[in-house]
Amino acid sequence: MPQMMNRSEPEMIAAILAGEIQLFHELIRPYERSVYIMALSYMKNEADAEDVAQEATVRAFRKLSSFRAESKFSTWLISITLNEARTRLRRQVLVRMESLEQLLDEDTRLSPALLRDWREIPSEAIERDEVRKLIQQAVDQLPDMYREVFLLRDVEEFSINEAAEALKISIPSVKVRLHRARSMLQKQLAPQLRLVNRPPKRKLLPWL
Amino acid sequence: MVIDCKHVWNYISDFIDGALPEETRVTVQKHLDHCEICSAILDSTRNIIILTADDRVFELPVGFSERLHKRIDLEFMRLAP
Repeated sequence: MPQMMNRSEPEMIAAILAGEIQLFHELIRPYERSVYIMALSYMKNEADAEDVAQEATVRAFRKLSSFRAESKFSTWLISITLNEARTRLRRQVLVRMESLEQLLDEDTRLSPALLRDWREIPSEAIERDEVRKLIQQAVDQLPDMYREVFLLRDVEEFSINEAAEALKISIPSVKVRLHRARSMLQKQLAPQLRLVNRPPKRKLLPWL
Repeated sequence: MVIDCKHVWNYISDFIDGALPEETRVTVQKHLDHCEICSAILDSTRNIIILTADDRVFELPVGFSERLHKRIDLEFMRLAP
């Protein structure tokens, strides 16, 4: 049904609400990954994240008539996903309390890992398990409030404004948290990735 | 205007996003031109963002999409008994 593919999101949403519910499959497809990644960032395990992703998607379908055209569907869907994840964590009494320190220190400076030079790590390095694990762990260890901003902006490529809308926080807050998330990742990962990236020792030139 | 390294670190994120006012951007750029430590911080931060954004870092579980759409169909069936 090629004519369906060409419909804009608002047109698709109007059509779904008018009864063409099958179109919801197409509407949701571009955002499946974002929904899962954001669910995973809270739930910490694949099975729960998938469950949250499914429930959030179904909830979005049920609530579609309350969607207001002034926001983007993607940001609306992500707020539903985050709500679903938070509700579930609360239900499981597993909510990891952010320490007071984390919440209060938005003004404090974070010093980066100091290096004299940086040898670019190519994307092929991602093929290596150890590199993927290092990155996943570092992202995982970020405080929730920084991780969600970082994932939306830098991994799922939402704009600053869209991230603010999805998270229901101000644009300056997005910027501050994003900056802190990136700094924390640099501090943690730069020294680790550098070791991984180190070329094999050249025995003939011991002074290097 | 000359700024020290610690100030530059505060601007790194906005610098990467191209979100600094022109005057500040020029000041930061000038600092970066002669400071190898701040340049390395900028390069490593940028590099780490690119690596993290790679689809291979956070992968969808196998069959995720199929199961999601089945769940949607289930919801449709609930609507139309």
